[in-house]
Amino acid sequence: MEIRTPKTHKAKRVLEKRAPKLVENGKKTLILHGTKTSATLSAVLMELYRLKKGGAIKYSRRNENIRPFESGGETSLEFFSQKTDCSIFAYGSHTKKRPDNLVLGRMYDHHVYDLIEVGIENFKSLLSFSYDKKIAPHEGSKPFICFTGEGFENVPELKQLKEVLTDLFRGEVVENLNLTGLDRAYICTAISPTKVFLTHCAIKLKKSGTIVPRIELVEVGPSMDLVIRRNRLPNDGLRKEAMKSSKDKPKKKLKNVDQDDVLGKRGRIFIPEQEIGKKPLPDKSKGVKRERREGKLKKNKEEGSASKKQKESE
Amino acid sequence: MDMETDQIYQIDVGNLLAFNPNHRFPSAPSSREELVKECVTEGTKLVQAIADTLFNFPSTETNDGPLVQLPPPTTKLPREKHLPRPKPPTKWEEFALKKGIQKRKKDKIVYDETTDKFKRRHGYDRVNDDNDIPIIEAKASDEPGEDPFAKRLDDKKKRVGKQEKNRLQNLKTAAKAGALPSHVQLAVTALPISGTKTQPQKLGKEALGDVAGLAATSTASGGKFDKKLPGEKPPKKQGKHHKYLPVLPRYGEVDEEKEQTNKVLSKLLSKHSHEILNVGKAIDMYNDKKEKKKSGRSDKLKAKKDITKKKPYANKAK
Repeated sequence: MEIRTPKTHKAKRVLEKRAPKLVENGKKTLILHGTKTSATLSAVLMELYRLKKGGAIKYSRRNENIRPFESGGETSLEFFSQKTDCSIFAYGSHTKKRPDNLVLGRMYDHHVYDLIEVGIENFKSLLSFSYDKKIAPHEGSKPFICFTGEGFENVPELKQLKEVLTDLFRGEVVENLNLTGLDRAYICTAISPTKVFLTHCAIKLKKSGTIVPRIELVEVGPSMDLVIRRNRLPNDGLRKEAMKSSKDKPKKKLKNVDQDDVLGKRGRIFIPEQEIGKKPLPDKSKGVKRERREGKLKKNKEEGSASKKQKESE
Repeated sequence: MDMETDQIYQIDVGNLLAFNPNHRFPSAPSSREELVKECVTEGTKLVQAIADTLFNFPSTETNDGPLVQLPPPTTKLPREKHLPRPKPPTKWEEFALKKGIQKRKKDKIVYDETTDKFKRRHGYDRVNDDNDIPIIEAKASDEPGEDPFAKRLDDKKKRVGKQEKNRLQNLKTAAKAGALPSHVQLAVTALPISGTKTQPQKLGKEALGDVAGLAATSTASGGKFDKKLPGEKPPKKQGKHHKYLPVLPRYGEVDEEKEQTNKVLSKLLSKHSHEILNVGKAIDMYNDKKEKKKSGRSDKLKAKKDITKKKPYANKAK
């Protein structure tokens, strides 16, 4: 036996990122398709990829040996999940028996955890919606997710679909949220015990009398009907293990602070290097009249602070 | 937000999630647009409900906008990987625990008494460097003729080897408990015992190319006229590889042929030439050659002279 360690820092960081942790990274989605896809299905997969741009990987080749609901047909999926570190997958296929079929599945430890198969009907692509481009949602923004309908509570398949859709659209779990960056919402309505209407809307914030703005939703994105076909729930044991969470919070290392017995709590401050030789001198051109001079100084100050703002927002 | 008694939504602010469990479509909606409109209005109500709680959180102002601290999400979703398993203690850690040995933090700069300076503990110009010791005093237990410097190097090698073995053992126990550190992989290198499953050896590209060449040499013409598959490379030069040195050296370059002969000459004419020349072997070779010449060279491969053939210019004039 021999010990193999990564030879570069980058490789080490990648391995550490993929290791099991107490607080996990956001789940990445793997989008692929089977032997045959229809036009609607390839559009669905493409738009799903666009919606989840930062956290999704799309494979463009067809995969003939993936059959999620059969016992041997999951090995390829598990291999891809291992290679790309993706825990959710969306597998599309089109057959005569199951037209426009989409299988949404999740992985636990790179093994299939649960599956749900939906058929897509009445698909409207995001290119067919016309709206004011200013309210178009930005890539990677955290969405609102809304479920309506008693079916999501009573029907077990819809319950599972609700969980899978939440996992799919959630993105990263964040502690701090910028309120100006809220610009999208996913609306899922249970029309019948087997059908769910899913649409993606942009959010318009309108002035109201209070701090809370009035919300207006404008349909921008793809909208489709999901018809429940097959599903597979996880075993109880596996479910229990996957839902386990550790009670203790991860210790956040407080840097640059240490306790001294004599002086008490001490902190370290790092000052950036002052490049005195490179600093631009103020434009105190004496040849120009005073008002003009002061105006120039003000303008340079404003320009300086504006570029700083840009830098911080990036 | 309670509108009516049964309009309580289940809101999870940490996930920006809202669920209205009390809605049902009273009758089949008349048209698709009606359905879509109703869904969007219901959705708007839900988003408004989340926003109500969200915008009432205490916010801090930053350059980009108001920042709000979200509570942790309440809906439990399955993890993507197992919880990290606790690492089993290493052999040293067990021993230290038993003996009560505490870890002491070591300084990076240490005082060196021999040079009265502060030197670093590890790295260039370090304290107690093994290579810097000029004299090693002989002890009564030392054997004569044993190099103490070489012995030190040997000891160090042994220590390092032992440490590597211990490290491997610790990692193996950690791997058994499922707690191998993320950046380490254990790979099998040695051949397994016969009868057990062997790891299939992956043939590299070059090895596969050589196999075709090997098979070709068994043909009568040595594989020269074999039909090549598309993409197959021509065979590498078979037989002896001669390197012929240039007759005239290039401008400014060393005359390699001269160097070669000089090298041989200097070896023969040097003081230790008797060590280079294996006299016994030379004598045997010379004797063998002489005997072969005497016996008339019974080489099977030598073409036999045809005595029936007449010499073209026989000397008829006698």
